[in-house]
Amino acid sequence: MTAETLATNAPVLDLDPFSDDFLTDPYDAHEQMREAGPVFWLERYGVYGVARHDEVSRVLTDHETFVSSRGVGISDFAKEKPWRPPSLLLEADPPQHTKARQVVTKILTVKLLRSLKDGFQAHADELVARVAAQGGVIDGVHDLAEPYPLAVFPDFIGLAKDGRENLLPYGSMVFNTFGPRNGHFERALERGAAAQGWIMEQCRPGSPASEGLGAQIHAAAAQAGFNEEDQAKLLRSFLSAGVDTTVHGIGNALQCLAENPEQFAALRDDPSLARAAFEETVRYSSPVQTFFRTTSKDTEVSGVALPEGSKVLMFLAAANRDPRQWESPAAFDIQRKAAGHVGFGFGIHACLGQMLARLEGECFLTALARHVSRIELAGQPKQQLNNTLRGLDSLPLHLTAA
Amino acid sequence: MPKVTFIQPDGLQNVLDAEAETSVMRVAVSNGLPGIVAECGGSAMCATCHVYIEDGYLDGLPEMSEVEDEMLDCTASERCANSRLSCQLPVVSDLAVRLPDAQV
Repeated sequence: MTAETLATNAPVLDLDPFSDDFLTDPYDAHEQMREAGPVFWLERYGVYGVARHDEVSRVLTDHETFVSSRGVGISDFAKEKPWRPPSLLLEADPPQHTKARQVVTKILTVKLLRSLKDGFQAHADELVARVAAQGGVIDGVHDLAEPYPLAVFPDFIGLAKDGRENLLPYGSMVFNTFGPRNGHFERALERGAAAQGWIMEQCRPGSPASEGLGAQIHAAAAQAGFNEEDQAKLLRSFLSAGVDTTVHGIGNALQCLAENPEQFAALRDDPSLARAAFEETVRYSSPVQTFFRTTSKDTEVSGVALPEGSKVLMFLAAANRDPRQWESPAAFDIQRKAAGHVGFGFGIHACLGQMLARLEGECFLTALARHVSRIELAGQPKQQLNNTLRGLDSLPLHLTAA
Repeated sequence: MPKVTFIQPDGLQNVLDAEAETSVMRVAVSNGLPGIVAECGGSAMCATCHVYIEDGYLDGLPEMSEVEDEMLDCTASERCANSRLSCQLPVVSDLAVRLPDAQV
């Protein structure tokens, strides 16, 4: 049986989740998908979709049926050659994936992250206090959301000082290429091509500063038996996934707080809510909106048959606003328990850098609560459209220094 | 339905029903119980669903994975011989756990 005949089982939708309209404002479409059924068929691309929290969680959890080694974008690596050598982490299955992941989890521990906190907080305090003191209209993206991760993250990895501007276009390219070959994909490849050389050079064993995380990853990978090419590929995952995502998380948090002054007031009253405010941002305005899996065998989800080789698109951001899971899902509420959202994924492929992202988000929002008394929109925020990510190109703000 | 007893650091006890195979962490979180943070939602990445297993319940729990073992070295409260991550414990029969003073 072909995918097409079985798909009659699932409601058929004509939505294009990679169109500019959808990417600009996905929330009505998310609701339409959630209400269409537990599994639906996206006719335009010939892929299945899941948008409810329950089904998204099940697909994330069952990594044997819903594999990553055939690509986590729309392209099936079993049928198409990937545009770059596949990631040993993101685009791999156990047991290879387990071995690669362990190299990283043994180094990037909660204990290590705790030791970074004072330095990360000092950076955030300095930046936010300085920008808040400027007065006038500032750009929350270019003046705050981008500089902060770009200051702390490359230092932590031990990257060269020159060329760090390549990190954003490279990350943007990687996330765009999970989508179809549309304008975003093609433009991102053009822009990212220039960055690729610098990124590969940074990933080479011997390149990162000896005291940084990069050198530690190389050493641990070498010890685990990975050759130099694979050592470089492991570090590449950090440079692909570690910057654009946190920039968008912080930018989206600024937007959420500017649009919900009572939430910012609550954060001001109790800066210890900073970590929860970042968590709620990842639920409410998820930087990573979607990922694909591929079925490794004929299977079934909530009564819908999926043949082997089906691409399944998980709408993480739609699951994070599923009313079956959340009370008042469309309300931004920093005091809710947002744990259980799938903004960082779940299971064996859960975001490896999630605790680092939380640390950056917490330090930044703590600094905002300390140094800013009011945060107001000074113009229309501009979305940066990406096939996978949700974030801003610019966010005109008026800040009042505390 | 098995029952899980959660004992707060101050001694207050909550006894909660658990659907079979649900994790101890999930039982706590879905009932809004304080003391279990579970930031990562159960991916064994945050060490914020740390519990101490009460005497008499340690046997019969699933063996600790290498990942859980490493995460337990990172807990905010002291690791003891009866420390476990509650996201890694499916409920199969009655269980009692004590919550640590701090999770973050």
